[in-house]
Amino acid sequence: MIQPHLALHIPDGFLTPPVILVTWLLAIGLIAIALNRVQADYKERAVPLMGVCGAFIFAAQMINFPIPGGTSGHLLGGTLAGVLLGPWAGSLVMAAVFIVQSVLFQDGGLSALGANITNMGLVGTFCGYYLYKAIRFALGRDNWRGMLAGTAVAAWTSVFIAAMLTAVQLALSETAPLGVAISALAFWHVLIGIGEAIITVIAVSFVWRSRPDLFFDPPRRAYSSASRSYTTR
Amino acid sequence: MSSNMSPESASHRLRQRNRAFVIAGLGTALLIAIFLSPFASSDPDGLDRVAQDHKFDNKAAEDAPARKLPFYSVFEEYAVRGVPEQIATPIAGLIGTLATFGLAWGIGKLVVRNSGSPTDDSDYPNPPRE
Repeated sequence: MIQPHLALHIPDGFLTPPVILVTWLLAIGLIAIALNRVQADYKERAVPLMGVCGAFIFAAQMINFPIPGGTSGHLLGGTLAGVLLGPWAGSLVMAAVFIVQSVLFQDGGLSALGANITNMGLVGTFCGYYLYKAIRFALGRDNWRGMLAGTAVAAWTSVFIAAMLTAVQLALSETAPLGVAISALAFWHVLIGIGEAIITVIAVSFVWRSRPDLFFDPPRRAYSSASRSYTTR
Repeated sequence: MSSNMSPESASHRLRQRNRAFVIAGLGTALLIAIFLSPFASSDPDGLDRVAQDHKFDNKAAEDAPARKLPFYSVFEEYAVRGVPEQIATPIAGLIGTLATFGLAWGIGKLVVRNSGSPTDDSDYPNPPRE
């Protein structure tokens, strides 16, 4: 028996038309900005990494890990995409993941796709990226510890914020009372966020060791030895 | 070491390393999707659990719009229809991973400027935005 894989994927029916409309506008607006920034700032070299990042996040999202208490969680991947590709290309990759999930596999509603892209893709990626960047640059841009701390904290926080945003949307749709939605979603996603942090740190550490020049903000040594970045900044 | 190399061979080497990274990354994703997916927990996940606990799971649309798409005749959630249960989810994982790889790559290819030129590895910045 195959169980539905919801995670934070909102199905059709949970959100009311006004909430759907606003979340679609947010998603489309941010995607339009991201398209512009990617067009202006990224080079050809970034394109294969976008494909790999999307493939990995899709695959990892299929692997639900158990949470004590009879629940499960899985990677959302916004922070992972943001750390490797930056917030712009990262959010486009996340949108691609959610489109494939909802169109091919009925995971997350089509009408709720705007909300899912907003919550997990855009907010997850942007919050994740900027929090990671602030922590990493504060602790030392070029050292491994800064990367590690920034990635772990950002991954956990991005899941928590995505869950809170989902709670607010459920409450605005009168699907669940605000207090109930916030406390219940917070309770589980405090734990799911730990899984997110562990998986994101493993994946990011692997790239840091093997190809640090691929980071959106590469450590400076890797940057000068490879002498080529995939952005024009 | 790299300073002894001509620019051509350095850029050739970088392209090879990039190709190796793509193969390793996509390979890892496919291995996860094919071989780990059957071990995924089937417990309800975060939102699903909350919906059950607080009795709003029945609000999920029974006849979701995605089920009207032609893909629904091929996939029932993350399982391929009409094949033995053991391989239904791994095949869905394989197809989904490749589809996402293709879509994310395709979006990048369409959007990134100079996508047409295969030798775009120059150190020169792209032309300024208009």
